Amino acid sequence: MTDKIIIDNLSLQYADGAESLRGISMGIRQNAVTVLFGPAGGGKSTLLRCLNRLNDLTDIKTSSGRILIDGKNILDPKTDVIALRRKVGMVFARPVPLPMSIRENITYGMELAGEKRRSKLDEAVERSLKLAAIWDEVKDRLNDPAIALSGGQQQRVCLARVLALQPEIILLDEPTSGLDPISTGKVEFALLELKKLYTIILVPHSVQQAARTADHAAFFLQGELIEYDEGKKMFTTPKEKKTEDYIMGRFG
Amino acid sequence: MMKLLARNRHAVQRIGYSFITLMAVVTVLPIVGTVLFILFKGGSAISWEFLTSFPHDGMRAGGILPAIIGTLYLTIGTAIFSVPLGIAAAIYLSEYAKDTPLTRTIRLAIINLAGIPSVVYGLFGLGLFVLFLQFGTSILAASLTLSIMTLPVIISTAEEALRSVPQQFRTVSISLGATRWQTIQRIVLKEALPGILTGVILGLERAAGETAPILFTGAAFFLPRLPQSPFDATMALPYHLFVISTQVPEMPIQIQYGTALVLLVFVLTMNIIATVIRSRARAKRQW
Repeated sequence: MTDKIIIDNLSLQYADGAESLRGISMGIRQNAVTVLFGPAGGGKSTLLRCLNRLNDLTDIKTSSGRILIDGKNILDPKTDVIALRRKVGMVFARPVPLPMSIRENITYGMELAGEKRRSKLDEAVERSLKLAAIWDEVKDRLNDPAIALSGGQQQRVCLARVLALQPEIILLDEPTSGLDPISTGKVEFALLELKKLYTIILVPHSVQQAARTADHAAFFLQGELIEYDEGKKMFTTPKEKKTEDYIMGRFG
Repeated sequence: MMKLLARNRHAVQRIGYSFITLMAVVTVLPIVGTVLFILFKGGSAISWEFLTSFPHDGMRAGGILPAIIGTLYLTIGTAIFSVPLGIAAAIYLSEYAKDTPLTRTIRLAIINLAGIPSVVYGLFGLGLFVLFLQFGTSILAASLTLSIMTLPVIISTAEEALRSVPQQFRTVSISLGATRWQTIQRIVLKEALPGILTGVILGLERAAGETAPILFTGAAFFLPRLPQSPFDATMALPYHLFVISTQVPEMPIQIQYGTALVLLVFVLTMNIIATVIRSRARAKRQW
């Protein structure tokens, strides 16, 4: 297994003084689920938003370091961010269906990328909805507004919308935080299948979810990477006292 | 003692409530009163002939066709200039502008523009469009003047409509590989459109009813034929109403009220269209 992403001494500070990152260095494995966990404000979401350059929309005070994806530094100003965002998809904490039909939600990104052929689009709709484990629930009402679905269904449509672009990396920022346990299970189940095809980085909404899903886990505290190891080791025999305290629920 | 206080409090509450209700009703009265009064006084003047013929006998008889057509032309002319400009400015302010001294100045200017008396716009239009740019007293000059007056309304309502589109839609769209402009075109504008249209119609409605800005820039006392080009002057409903109410002796009163009624219907129709657009969009909105 190789590292798909290499984060090299990444530091970042927002202009409003919120979350920041301090000297993060880590490699992220291809075709695995890497979990970033820790208390709120630790920098997990910030790191995710660096990986698809969504932080470009935010006021950043300082940033330094490199992020290499397939060996190329994506923080380079010359990077084609549009292409990057197609390659690195993101699912957000709250499902945000765009105000259009289920079908249009899925094809939105592809149409922006210039795909006009109906057959290709139909094919992608079916393929990605199946991958996101929602096809059977929505196949008869693809033209209904996506907002009419339940929260759990919306979130899987949002996942399918990302998959339709055939990304290589998928970022998930607490994707199940608003969902009931059954919907959460469905999303986690989808992840197990997806990691065969994609590199997945997940910010879980609980330590339990982190333990259930992580191939690799990274513990973040106040902008620093405290510990990074295989999931199995991390959640049974953490090396750092802080990690152990957090996992055992002693703080956070 | 406590009981008495409690009862008093209830009484005070009831009096306060009644007073506020009364005030709300009072504010509606002038509007309803005006409409009914004009309908009552002017209704009898309305006929097919009144709407489709030229005035004659020194405007004491005949119809008001040229004034209706003129107001239509002025409204369309105003729309041509103010709508694209206003929406573009609103997009800039809502989607692109950061909070800098420049944007703060622009906003301040827009707010102040809205507060300028309309007669001042008229004089400004006379100086700039009629004299300096030599458009003459014309539909063009009057439309441009009305456009400047209408812009603040359109900009501020359109900006408000754009801002009310949830921020998450933009973030998601961009995360799916859309550029900022694609996001605006495909999502933001589409969702804000009903709100923008409402603002546009309300702005144009105000323009249609104004007298002072067209007084020196495009309005004619009487013209024997319809305007043939944007460089012709035109008759217009509000100015015509002013003329026949104050400048023509022995004017039959029902023609005055009939003209007022037509203007009122013109403006109210636009208002109703705006309301319908807004309520239908609310029902269909997916957020």
